Amino acid sequence: MATLLEVKNLKTYFYKKKTVIPAVDGVDLKINKGETLAIVGESGSGKSITSLSIMKLVPSPAGKIVEGEIILDGKNLVDLSEAEMCKVRGNDISMIFQEPMTSLNPVLTVGEQITEVLMYHQKMSKAESTKKAIEMLEMVGFSRAAELINDYPHRLSGGMRQRVMIAIAMSCNPKLLIADEPTTALDVTIQAQILDLMKDLSHKFDTSILLITHDLGVVSEVADKIVVMYGGQVVEQSPVDDLFDEPLHPYTVGLMNSIPTIEGEIERLQSIEGNVPSPENMPKGCRFAPRCSKAFDRCFAEAPQLKQMGNDRAVRCFLYDDEGAKA
Amino acid sequence: MISTNVENKVDTSKENSEIILELQDVKKYFPIKAGLLQRNVGNVKAVDGISLQIKKGETIGLVGESGCGKSTTGRTIIRLYEPTDGKIIFKGKDITHMSENELRKTVRRDIQMVFQDPFATLNPRKSLRSIIKEPLITHNLYTAKEREEKVKELMETVGLNASFINRYPHEFSGGQRQRIGIARALALNPELIIADEPVSALDVSIQAQVINLMEDLQEEFGLTYIFISHDLSVVRHISDRVGVMYLGKMMELANKEDLYAEPLHPYTQALLSAVPVPKKSGAIKRERIVLKGELPSPSNPPSGCVFHTRCPAATDICRQLVPEFKEVKQGHFVACHLYE
Repeated sequence: MATLLEVKNLKTYFYKKKTVIPAVDGVDLKINKGETLAIVGESGSGKSITSLSIMKLVPSPAGKIVEGEIILDGKNLVDLSEAEMCKVRGNDISMIFQEPMTSLNPVLTVGEQITEVLMYHQKMSKAESTKKAIEMLEMVGFSRAAELINDYPHRLSGGMRQRVMIAIAMSCNPKLLIADEPTTALDVTIQAQILDLMKDLSHKFDTSILLITHDLGVVSEVADKIVVMYGGQVVEQSPVDDLFDEPLHPYTVGLMNSIPTIEGEIERLQSIEGNVPSPENMPKGCRFAPRCSKAFDRCFAEAPQLKQMGNDRAVRCFLYDDEGAKA
Repeated sequence: MISTNVENKVDTSKENSEIILELQDVKKYFPIKAGLLQRNVGNVKAVDGISLQIKKGETIGLVGESGCGKSTTGRTIIRLYEPTDGKIIFKGKDITHMSENELRKTVRRDIQMVFQDPFATLNPRKSLRSIIKEPLITHNLYTAKEREEKVKELMETVGLNASFINRYPHEFSGGQRQRIGIARALALNPELIIADEPVSALDVSIQAQVINLMEDLQEEFGLTYIFISHDLSVVRHISDRVGVMYLGKMMELANKEDLYAEPLHPYTQALLSAVPVPKKSGAIKRERIVLKGELPSPSNPPSGCVFHTRCPAATDICRQLVPEFKEVKQGHFVACHLYE
C-alpha cells in the first residue's frame, strides 16, 4: 500500500515566558492510503497537538514546530508557506472537531458554509457549488437536503451538526480526514450512526482517516492501526487486532483494565495510580514510570526508545529491551 | 464524638432490604412561555411518570441519552426542582410537598448530590477547608474545633492528603476535584447519594480511581447510590439494578445481569448494541441495531409509545396506546407492547 502521510520525529513545543513545554516530543506516524489510524491518549498526551501540527494550525506564536518532517504525498508540509498551506487545508487534508456547534458558524446557513469551501478551493460557481452541497448533504444521510441548506446550525441536533461538519470536510474530496474526538459529544446511538458514516465514506472515496480519541471501543470499531500516546510521545503502535489481543506497554494494559466493559464482569477496576503528568513537568527517564507497576530502577534513570517488535508493532518500554529483560 | 454517627450506619447491611426511597408516578414538566404576557403554551415533559423503589444499600443506575430526563429525575428527588405530579417518599415520609424549612432539617442531610463537572461545582475562591466545612456550618453541626477535625477526616476518607486543607480548587486535577466533591457530599453522613455523571468529565485512567472510591465508600458507610450516567459500561459496573430512560419515561428496569444479558425493550437492545466494545480479533461480531433518526422533542412527544418513531418493531398499537410499565419476569419491568 502506498504511504499517504508520514510524520517523522515531530516536535512541537510551546513557549511560556522562560519555560519550554514539549507538548509533542518526537512523534513518528505513518498512514497508508485508505487506512484509518487512531491516536489514543488521555488529556495532555499531545494527541490533539499532533493533529494540529499536521494541519499547521498550532496556536502561534506560543507554539512552534521545532523539528521534524510531515510528508504528505511526497511534500514536506513543514517547509510550506502559509499561502501554500491554505491550498493543502481543505483540498488535501480536512478536519472535523469534537464540538460541532463551536466549529460551525452560527450566523451562516448550512448551505453557505459548504458552498464557501467549494467556491474557495474548487473555484466553483455559486450554482454549481449549491448543487454539490445538496449532493454532499444527501451523502451524509439527510433526506431533505434541499431545504436544509437554508437552515441555520442552531436548528440542528448534535448528530446532525456533526454530519454537516463531515459533509463540509468531505466536499473537496480530501486525501486525509483528521477527526478529533468526532463522537465524544454525541449520544451512543448517534455515535453509532456517525462511525458507520465515516467508515462508509472512507471506503467509497479511499480517504485515509486520522482518528483522535480516548475511547478504545471506538478505536476497535473503525481503526486499522493504533498509536497510543503518553506524555507527548508514542508509547506503543500496533495493528488494532494485535493490540487488543496482546497489549505490550504497561500503560496500554492499564488503560484496558481500567475501563469497565459492557460484556465482561470485572469485579474491581484496576486503576492507574496517580495523575497524567503535565508537559512542563515531565518525569525523568520513562514518562510513565512513576505510575507504572512494573517500573524498575532503569526506568527512572533513562528514557526508553521506541523499539520495533516486528509485525508492524513497536513499543517504548524497557521490559521489551534485551538488557531490561535480564534485569 | 464525631464518629459515632458513622459507626451506626455501618451496621445496616445490604441484606436489609428496607425501602429507602420510593417514587410514585413522578412528573416534572417545565412550562414553555411565549408572547408578551408570557402565557403557558405547552410543557416540556422532562420526566413523565416515573415509578421506582430503591432499597437501602443498593446502587441503582439510570441510563439514557441526553434529554431523556435522567438528570431531572435526580434533581427532582432532592427537590431542587418542584415535582409537577406524583409522590416522593423518603424513609416512609412523603417529601413531595415538604416545606423548605422542614426539608433542610431532615431530608437534605440524608440525601446529597455529586455533580458531573468538578470544575464548575467548586467555588474557586474558597479553600478546601471552607468548601467541605460549609455543609456542617449550614446545618449547625459540631463545634468549630470538631469541624476542623471532621474536614481532615473526610479528606483522608476520600484519599486526599489532609495537608492540602488550605489549598484552592484550581490546584487540583479533575479526579482530585471529584474527590473533593465527594468529600463535601459525605460531610453530613448522608444515606442516599445522587451522583449525576460523576466520572464523565474525567480521563479514563482517573475514572477507575473514582469508581473504586465510590464502591469503597458504599461498603464503609452503607450508602445508597442513584448513579446517573450515559455510559452503559460504567453503569453496568457499579449498579445493582439499572433503569433505562427515554423521553422522560422509564422503558425498562431490571437487575443488571438480566438487563445486559437479555434486554427486552427494543430501545435497550439498540442502545446496548450501539456501544462500541474493544474486542479481540477472535471475538464474535455483535449485530448492531442502528436507530434511525433523532430523539423527538420532549415538548411534543410522540403519541402512544414514545419510542415508536424510531422503533424497528413498532406496530399500529404502539402508535395509539401508551404501553404499561409492568413486571414481565421476576424483578424485570418493561414498558412495551411486545410483552403484553
